[in-house]
Amino acid sequence: MAVPAAGIAVATGAISLDHARAEAERLGPVVGFLAAVLVLAHFCDVEGLFQACGAWTARWAAGRPVPLLTAVFALASAITAVLSLDATIVLLTPVVFATAARTGVRPKPHVYACTHLSNTASLLLPVSNLTNLLAFSASGLSFTRFAALMALPWLAAIGAEYLVFRWFFARDLAAAAPADRGTGEAPRLPLFAVATVGCTLAGFVVASAFGVEPAWVAAAGALALAGRAVVRRKASPLTVVRAAAPAFLAFVLALGVVVRAVVDNGLSDVLGHVVPAGTGLPALLGIAALAALLANLINNLPAVLVLLPLVAPTGPGAVLAVLLGVNIGPNLTYAGSLATLLWRRIVHQHEHDVDLGEFTRLGLLAVPSSLAVAVVALWGSLRIL
Amino acid sequence: MRVIAWLVEGTWPACVDAVRAHAPDDAEVVLLHVSGPDVPAVAHGAFAGLLGRDHPRGHRPAEGWGRDPGDRLEALGGTSAAALLDAAAERLGRPCAREERSGRVEREVVAAAEGAGLLVLARDGDRSRLGPKSLGPAVRFAVDHAPCPVLLVWPEPAPDLTTMPPPPPHRP
Repeated sequence: MAVPAAGIAVATGAISLDHARAEAERLGPVVGFLAAVLVLAHFCDVEGLFQACGAWTARWAAGRPVPLLTAVFALASAITAVLSLDATIVLLTPVVFATAARTGVRPKPHVYACTHLSNTASLLLPVSNLTNLLAFSASGLSFTRFAALMALPWLAAIGAEYLVFRWFFARDLAAAAPADRGTGEAPRLPLFAVATVGCTLAGFVVASAFGVEPAWVAAAGALALAGRAVVRRKASPLTVVRAAAPAFLAFVLALGVVVRAVVDNGLSDVLGHVVPAGTGLPALLGIAALAALLANLINNLPAVLVLLPLVAPTGPGAVLAVLLGVNIGPNLTYAGSLATLLWRRIVHQHEHDVDLGEFTRLGLLAVPSSLAVAVVALWGSLRIL
Repeated sequence: MRVIAWLVEGTWPACVDAVRAHAPDDAEVVLLHVSGPDVPAVAHGAFAGLLGRDHPRGHRPAEGWGRDPGDRLEALGGTSAAALLDAAAERLGRPCAREERSGRVEREVVAAAEGAGLLVLARDGDRSRLGPKSLGPAVRFAVDHAPCPVLLVWPEPAPDLTTMPPPPPHRP
């Protein structure tokens, strides 16, 4: 869908070929980084990391809903931060559902926790979310400094979500049946996958100190895991390419060109008047709120592409405030944005019946509270660090 | 006489025990589980929010990043409902039928209770005190609309009478 649209934008002269090429060159390294993270997460799944995580949480929680929720919060936050939000939604959510169902716990709060944390917990590292990767390349921050500035907002936002969840799902969390079906035997630790991910994280820090692009470190980690799978005949080169989601990578490039065309044709002038200037607490709150609003209207990827050129001159603080808004904001709308929601209504009609009232009530509690504490925490981090 | 026991994760053992205690020996017992669409729908929504990962309709791969986790949750939900009914049948220890439904939970329960002699269900609200809040929305709907007698049980020992709110002041 986005690729033909990008073609039309170039063909009709809505964007000059030079600008389109510049945009593609700017996004190229970001897309490469994204591909490496996707491959890394995919082969962690192949190595059994997610199954093992499910088994650990089941054993630790032993059929008690509140400890299970706490474990799911810790697990989903760590997986999202290190292996990206795609890993949490596509790979972890089914494991968490199965874990809850197997131990006799109502799955609803835990599945909701996965979807909320895939957004809220994607603040910490540049690799956690594609929006972060885009902002990271625009902010001029080093990998380590990005993580250091975002650590406090990340913890504050997750803490706010946890309190909201404990209150909102108190009834479901009070219902526990003794699980006679057992929690299974101790899971095998996928040592190679854990070690590779650990080395990749350490590599990010070292590379950042020596000024090496962290994308190379991610690529090395992805190659190590994928190479091992190919050597052991668990995967073919074709599955490695598929794990990098080439169609999605093309989509990101094309979306960048389309958004550039829209921004060039007047959107930047309109939004330029609305974006608050400065990096004081009120300005950061305003930027984050505007970003959250825009993410809920048009989805967070286009939102971050639109806002980055406007806030990048103000400095890293404003860029990170945009990220807080576009990453936490999507929890407000079912399917992440009104645009996606409308599109689904048009294409699928009422294929899936969701209780929009409950979803939105939870979002109205969780998003403003976690966004507000995260912005205050970011403001504090910017002053201290 | 047909006795329907509506079983929900977390509270079902109390319903099974109530059937053992109160259903006549010659009653036909039906263990009912209803899967709501809301939990898989949350996963469908989260996946849809991942812009650009979805595949065109009718082309949903079972592997890789293009698979919708909501589909997996629907399949897993069927398995876990069957496992719950198995565990309940074992606890019941007498012949019974099993019924799995999916749809709007409270309405499916009312529909399943048509023509039954008794509907057994468990409180699903705030069970720390006696009172109307001990019924959540789904159980409230089923109790209000059930076309048959209803046996409403506490999933755990009921709170004592001191948790009851004081009577309203006497009006002259």
